[in-house]
Amino acid sequence: MYDWTNLAIETARVRGASYSDVRVMHQRQRVLTTKNGRVGTLGQSESLGLGIRVVANGAWGFASTDNLTREGVTACAAQAVAIAKASALAKKESVQLAPEGSYIDSWQGPCLKDPFEIPVETQLSLLLAVDTEMSKVKGVTLTETDMQFRKIDSWFASSAGSRIHQRKFVSGCGIVAMSFQGDAIQKRSYPNSFGGQYILGGYELIEAMELLKHAPRVAEESVALHSAAQCPEKTGTLILGGSQLGLQIHESVGHPIELDRVLGQEANFAGTSFLTLDKLHHLRYASPIVNIVADARVQHGPGLGSFAYDDEGVPAQCIDVIKDGEFHGYLSSRETAHLVGLSRSGGTMRCESWNRLPMIRMTNVSILPGQWKLENLIADTNDAILMDTNRSWSIDDRRYQFQFSTEIAWEIKGGKKARMLKNPSYSGITTEFWNSCDAICNADEWVLWGTPNCGKGQPMQVMGTGHGASPARFRNVKIGMAFAKQ
Amino acid sequence: MSPQTTKLTPALRREADLRKIAASVLRLARSQGIRESEVQIDETIDALTRFANNAIHQHVAEQSLTVSIRTAVDGRTARVTTNRIDEDSLRAAIENAASLAAQQPKDPHLLPLLGKQKYRPVRRFHPGTAALSPESRARAVKHACQLAEKHGQVAAGIFSSGQNQCFLANSRGLATAYRQTHATFSVTMQQGSAASWAKGNAGDYRQFDPTKLATTACERAARAQNPVELEPGRYTVILEPAAVLDLVGFLFYDFAATSVADKRSCFSGRVGKSLLGENITITDDVYHPDQLGMPFDGEGVPRQHVTLVDRGAVKNLVYSRQSAIQAKARPTGHGFALPNEYGEAPMNLVIAGGDTPLEKMIASTDRGLLVTRFWYIREVDPYEKVMTGMTRDGLFLVEKGKITKAARNFRFNQSVLEMLRNVESLGPARRAAGEESFEMVVPPMKVGSFQFSEVTKF
Repeated sequence: MYDWTNLAIETARVRGASYSDVRVMHQRQRVLTTKNGRVGTLGQSESLGLGIRVVANGAWGFASTDNLTREGVTACAAQAVAIAKASALAKKESVQLAPEGSYIDSWQGPCLKDPFEIPVETQLSLLLAVDTEMSKVKGVTLTETDMQFRKIDSWFASSAGSRIHQRKFVSGCGIVAMSFQGDAIQKRSYPNSFGGQYILGGYELIEAMELLKHAPRVAEESVALHSAAQCPEKTGTLILGGSQLGLQIHESVGHPIELDRVLGQEANFAGTSFLTLDKLHHLRYASPIVNIVADARVQHGPGLGSFAYDDEGVPAQCIDVIKDGEFHGYLSSRETAHLVGLSRSGGTMRCESWNRLPMIRMTNVSILPGQWKLENLIADTNDAILMDTNRSWSIDDRRYQFQFSTEIAWEIKGGKKARMLKNPSYSGITTEFWNSCDAICNADEWVLWGTPNCGKGQPMQVMGTGHGASPARFRNVKIGMAFAKQ
Repeated sequence: MSPQTTKLTPALRREADLRKIAASVLRLARSQGIRESEVQIDETIDALTRFANNAIHQHVAEQSLTVSIRTAVDGRTARVTTNRIDEDSLRAAIENAASLAAQQPKDPHLLPLLGKQKYRPVRRFHPGTAALSPESRARAVKHACQLAEKHGQVAAGIFSSGQNQCFLANSRGLATAYRQTHATFSVTMQQGSAASWAKGNAGDYRQFDPTKLATTACERAARAQNPVELEPGRYTVILEPAAVLDLVGFLFYDFAATSVADKRSCFSGRVGKSLLGENITITDDVYHPDQLGMPFDGEGVPRQHVTLVDRGAVKNLVYSRQSAIQAKARPTGHGFALPNEYGEAPMNLVIAGGDTPLEKMIASTDRGLLVTRFWYIREVDPYEKVMTGMTRDGLFLVEKGKITKAARNFRFNQSVLEMLRNVESLGPARRAAGEESFEMVVPPMKVGSFQFSEVTKF
C-alpha cells in the first residue's frame, strides 16, 4: 500500500503541495440482526480506498478515490492540490502545523478472537436463541438483537516521512425488548441502548456479555414498566448508572472540549462550545472529586477511542480534561495546538474512512473511579432516583443545557432500592450539574463504554468513542421535566 | 455564478458501463449455480467547501463506486457490498453472499425476485451542477465571508455539490437506472454571542442564491442581539419551514407498515383515525418537482404517490413487497434493500401548504415566538410522539403583530401529533433543508400552545 501513498505524496509535491498526508484504508464489516425470531439484516461489506490531504498556497485541500491505479491515485493527488489552491481564494492565514516526529511503525489493537473467523451460523444461532428467550415473556411485542464487527487496516504516510500501519477490530452487540400496551411503548436494552456495547476487540466481547442470561430480565422489565409508577417531577438527588454517565460525559464534557468547536469551525453544524479559551485553567467545571481524562492509549482499556497513532500520525496520549474539578485541557490537533499554548497536538484527529478528512474527535473520555462501592452509595442515600440505560439525549449547540431520559429508574428510599419508575428524565446546565457530583463509585463498577455512533462534520462522519464510567451521585438535579405537563 | 469546469472535474461513468458491471455479476452468479441474484451499483462524486471564521478551513472531494450483491437461494438471502470491481473480487463477493445466506435458517416468507417493471422517468441531472468547480464554490463562499466582515459578523457554513447514480438489476430481467445532481449552501452568521442561519438545497444549484441566503442570515443575526429571557411555558409559535421539516420529519418511519405491525409506530392502532388537524394533508411523492430521489425502491418496485394523511385522518401507510402481503395491501415502492428488519419508509414527504405567508402569520400574532430552526431533536415518548430539542440560531418574540426582540433559546418537550392538531395557519409549501431530517416539501406553520419546558443561557 505504501506504493500508492508514495505516489500520491510525490504527485502532490510536484503539483505544489508544501505538506501532504495520505491514508489508505481497508475496512471490512459484518452485520447480523434478528427481529421477532427471524433474521433481519445479514450482510458483509468491504471498502478500500485512498484519501490525501495537502497544504498548497497555505491552504487545505483533500481528495479521495477508490480507483487504486496509477492513473486514479495521480488524479486524486492532483485534485487535492487544485482544491487547496481554490481554498486559498478565501483564506485568512496560512496553515500552521505543530511540530511532530516521523514514525515508522506497525501496530495491531487488542483482539483475542477474530470475529470474522467465527462462523456466521454460530453468531446467528446465539442471536436467534436470545431473541426467542425474550419473545417468551408475555406482553413483549417486539424483540431485536444485533452483532456488528469491523476489521480496519490503515496505512498512514506523510511527506514528513511517517509510515504507520494499524490494524483494529471493533466488535459490538445488543438486545432489545419492547412492549406496547394501551397508549405506551416501553423498552429495555442490554448491555446498553442504541446498539449495545462496543469495544476495540474481538468476539470475546460477545462471550463476555452473556446475552442469553440477560434476555429474560430485559424482556420482563420492558413489560413491568407499564405498571410502574411515573417518575415524579421534582428537584432532588440523582444516581446515574455507568452507561448513562458515559453518555453524560460524551455530551457535556467530550464535545465541549473539542478545540475545533471552541474555535468556531463547527458553528454551522455541530455547534460551538461554552468552553471559550479564557476558561482554560480558570473554570471550576465540576466538584473536586471529579477527574476526567481523554486517554487514547491502549492501557486505558479496549475503547473505541484507543489507538497507537491518530490519523495525523501523532502518537496516542492521555490528556487531563478535568483535574480535581478544574478545567484542564482541550482535545487538539496539529493545526490548533498552538492556539492553547501547546507545543504539540494532543493526538485526537481521526477520520471515519479513507474518503473523509481527519478531524478532532473524542478518544476515550472517561471519569476516573471514585471510592464508593455501589451498595454503600445506595445505603448512604436517603431519598433519590437511580436512572439507568439511555432512552433519549439532547443538548444545546453550545453544550450548556441538556435533557436526558432513560429506559428505567428506581426510587432509593432510606438507603434501599425501592419501587421501579417509568419514563424517567433529568435536565440541567452542564457546569451546575457536574459541580453537584458528590460520590463516584470505585473501579469495581467502572466500565469502558463504547459509543459507536457519534456524528460530526460536513460531510457527516460517524465515529466510535470510549467513555469509562462508574455510577455516580448528583444533588439538587431537576427531574421529570420531559413528561411534565404545563 | 457560472460553473467553471477544470480538467480535474470528474464525471460519472456512462450507464452502459454500469450495465456491463451488473451483467458480469449476474453472469458470474449464474456460473456458480445461483439462480436468483440482484445487483445494485452506486456511484458518487461529491465535493464540499467548508468555511468558518470568514475563511475556508476544509475543502474536500470524493469519488466512489460500490457494487452490492444479493443472492437468494432456497429461502435464504444475504448481501455483500464491495468497492473492488475486478472480476475476481466480484466472484469472491458472490461466493461470500451465497455462503452467508446458506448459514441461516430458511425463511418461508422470502419472496422471489421481482421481474421487469415500467418506471415513470424523472430528470434530475443538471450538467451545470455536476460541473461546479472548487473555484466556483470558493468564490461564492468568499462573497458570504465578505458580507459578514462588512457587518462585523463571522460566517461559517458549507457549499457542496455532487452527482450520483444507481443501477439496479436482477436475474429475472429487472433493470433500472437513476442519476441526479445536488447542491447545498448553508450559512451561519455570528455577531457577538448571537447567531442566525439559512440554508438552500436543490438538484440544480441555480435554484438557490448563496448571496441571498447569506444576506438573510446576516440580517437575522443582527436582529438576534441582546436576547431576553422568557419564562418557559406554552406559546403560539411561527415555525419557519426548516423548523417544521426537522420536527415533522421524525414521523417518517411511523408511516411504515412494518413499523405499525411491529407496534413501534405512533400510528399503531390508529390508522384510519382523525389524529391531526383538518388542515393537515401529508403525501409521499417522489415525482414532486421539488423532490430528489430514485423513482424505485430497494427491490426495484416503482414508487407510488401515496396519501398518508388526508385532512387530518391517517389514511394509508407505505409498503414493501413483504409487508404488503402481510397487510393484504399493494406494495407502494418504498421498501429498503433486502435483507433488512425495517421494511420500508416514505422518503419524499410533502405537507400540503396554505395561503398565509409568514409575514401575515407574524402580523396576526398578539404574542408568540418566531422559530428559525430546531436542534438536537430526540424522541421522548414514541407513542404520543413527544420530541425534545432546542431552538437555535434565531428565536424572536412577536408582540402585537411585530417582531420586537430576540429571546434566549428554549428547550421544548412537545408531541408532534398534538402540534399538528394545533396548526392555526399554513404558508406555501416549498423544499426545505434542515439538519435533523432529510429534505422535504413543507410549509411554514403557525401553531398554538407549543410547549417550552426550560431555557438555556443564550
